[in-house]
Amino acid sequence: MKMPMMGVINLIHEADEMASLTANRCLATVPFGGRYRLIDFVLSSMVNSGISRVAVFAHTKYRSLVDHLGSGSNWDLHRRPGGLFVLPPSLEDQTDYGKGDLYHFFRNRDTFARSPAEYVVISRSHMVCNVDFAKVLEQHRETGADITVVCKREPEGLPGLARKARVNEAGRIVEMQDHFGRLNTDVVSMEMYLLSRELLLDLVETSLAQGRDHFVRHAILSRLQQLNVHAYMHEGVLGVVNNIAAYYRHSMELLQPEVWRELFYRPGKIYTKVKDEPPTHYRTGANVSHSLVANGCDIEGTVTNSILFRGVKVGPGAIVRNSIVMQNGVIGPGGVLDNCILDKEVEISASQQLRGALDLPFLAVKRKVI
Amino acid sequence: MRTNECIAMLLAGGEGRRLGVLTKDLAKPAVPFGGKYRIIDFTLSNCAHSGIETVGVLTQYQPLVLTQHLGIGTPWGLDRREGGMHVLPPYVRQKGGTWYKGTANAIYQNIGFIERYDPEYVLIISGDHIYKMNYDLLLEAHKQNRADATIAVISVPWSEASRFGILSVDEDGRIAEFAEKPKKPASNLASMGVYMFSWQVLKDALVRDEAEKGSSNDFGKDIIPRLLEEGARMYSYRFEGYWKDVGTIDSLWESNMDLLEDRPQLELNDRNWRIFSASPNQPAQYIAPSARVQSALINEGCVVEGDVKRSVLFPGVRVGEGSVVEDSVLMPGAIVGKNARIVRAIVGEKAIVEDGCQVGMLDSEEIAVVGDGETVRAKIELQEVESA
Repeated sequence: MKMPMMGVINLIHEADEMASLTANRCLATVPFGGRYRLIDFVLSSMVNSGISRVAVFAHTKYRSLVDHLGSGSNWDLHRRPGGLFVLPPSLEDQTDYGKGDLYHFFRNRDTFARSPAEYVVISRSHMVCNVDFAKVLEQHRETGADITVVCKREPEGLPGLARKARVNEAGRIVEMQDHFGRLNTDVVSMEMYLLSRELLLDLVETSLAQGRDHFVRHAILSRLQQLNVHAYMHEGVLGVVNNIAAYYRHSMELLQPEVWRELFYRPGKIYTKVKDEPPTHYRTGANVSHSLVANGCDIEGTVTNSILFRGVKVGPGAIVRNSIVMQNGVIGPGGVLDNCILDKEVEISASQQLRGALDLPFLAVKRKVI
Repeated sequence: MRTNECIAMLLAGGEGRRLGVLTKDLAKPAVPFGGKYRIIDFTLSNCAHSGIETVGVLTQYQPLVLTQHLGIGTPWGLDRREGGMHVLPPYVRQKGGTWYKGTANAIYQNIGFIERYDPEYVLIISGDHIYKMNYDLLLEAHKQNRADATIAVISVPWSEASRFGILSVDEDGRIAEFAEKPKKPASNLASMGVYMFSWQVLKDALVRDEAEKGSSNDFGKDIIPRLLEEGARMYSYRFEGYWKDVGTIDSLWESNMDLLEDRPQLELNDRNWRIFSASPNQPAQYIAPSARVQSALINEGCVVEGDVKRSVLFPGVRVGEGSVVEDSVLMPGAIVGKNARIVRAIVGEKAIVEDGCQVGMLDSEEIAVVGDGETVRAKIELQEVESA
């Protein structure tokens, strides 16, 4: 049956403490997992769930986003009817940048008005997960909730910044607070809100008319008493990736085969922009273990407990340990990396040694030569 | 200005009989190669890089996998409003219709397609060869010589010359003689099966060849010798670089192994000449703590827990703990269990080698082949089945 739901990926004012990783790109396009960008996870989840109309609300630093998404063909979103719509902010003047997401939803309300979909799922870009939204919709219809929020139980807590929710026995969300709040609960919000298109348009217009422009804080949190807001408990892998500690930890978790398999294949495959890189070449002298290696790499040195993105070169005698090397990074002969995150196209000169602390990896900015 | 000065006709209907089980269900151009590609990707990528914007792909034998792979030509940038890639299978006319009887007949039957674009030149290539070549330089040479036809040639070892179509040329590169698989080769310049024709000359030759009773309607056997005989201006074009016909199990295996050299003759990692292919879009490969990988090409989606030496692993291959893969080619989705041994072998797509099994032998002359989707079961199990 045709999926009666459209997707929205909302990049407006995403919580971002990613330091230099987001100096020139938005959170959505931070490289992750050897070949992906953060937005790929929720975008692929939507597509795999049968959603064929997705609107991405871009906000700032979205050059890399437009480049990455293109026509949407890599996600099968270059289609009729529907497809991918990248919506840059429509501003009257610079001060509109400060306005909340509801303002931007309102300015683009044709996107919702024109969609034949009965439901909308609104999500952020920085949740590393693989979710079947068809199941969320199923529960949404069964419970008769006004809004269903995808959540996960995380008894150990998470390094990333995530909203917390208290859920009663009936599954209703009775309290929700921003990440710094004192609410004592093991439920974190994955910031995915499923609601009818009608209700969304109502919330947008009513809230804005009341002079309030923040979707979650104003439209939802202030109405937890009036609206029946339910939690849908996600069982799979989750990484809330919006600070460096979370980025490093959730990246390294991919080196566990169960996590790798679950995140990338279940329930559906995660897609990304393809690059036409050849297979990775392990030359004489290559010594690789416990690592995730994308294609197009060229390895003559040692790589352990690390993640290499596409097109990385590891020279003879070089050692890469507990590190993440993004696209086209070059580690010169005899170079040593310990606990480092290298942004794209960083070059480490021959015999150069770089060490970060285990809980505070060294972060090199894009295109730096060290 | 955008033009269809030169269009390409790509012969992709070959059965590849000598590839045995590997071409049971697919045409030779669709056989996987190099850890990522299918053989036809090389010629299509050459077209893309040479500025050829219209390509007719002639299919016939087992076209399902091939046409699925080709789609509308998107991976090669050939999904165009004008021109682009077109798959051309044999078809039925009002007065019957026939299969493509030979390479020349396949082009003859598609004269209508070619005429739609009204080209000056037609490039004839085949989807059976592995090489990177700029056809634009060939076209330039063809024009400079004011040739009727130009044949790309490569020097081959004298000992192998009798396996090829051999050309004798004068100082200017003009072809004096052409011999298909001669017993006593007069030269070591082999035809690469890459022909640039002036369209009017080719069209005329095709029409006359079709009328000829007893002709095998083949470029190498009929069209080229005939044109030479008639004194047409036929030139050779020397190609330097890697070129291989991967028509046999041995040559397919060998050319995969060629890629594993530390400085391979055919560099796949060439940013200026990417080989495009339909991407499987799988996650980065996982190399486990128990794995050892040396001199290998490994692609996305693979999980390696065992030893891989001098081997090529296509996307989605699994190699279990304690297993050894040596001098082998594992095609997409092949699964190797634990403590298995694969030596000097080609394992087909989605084939399974169960725990503890052995495929191939180190000192064997022959390359062992496991067909697509086949399962190699442990001997013990077989005995149990037999005794039961």
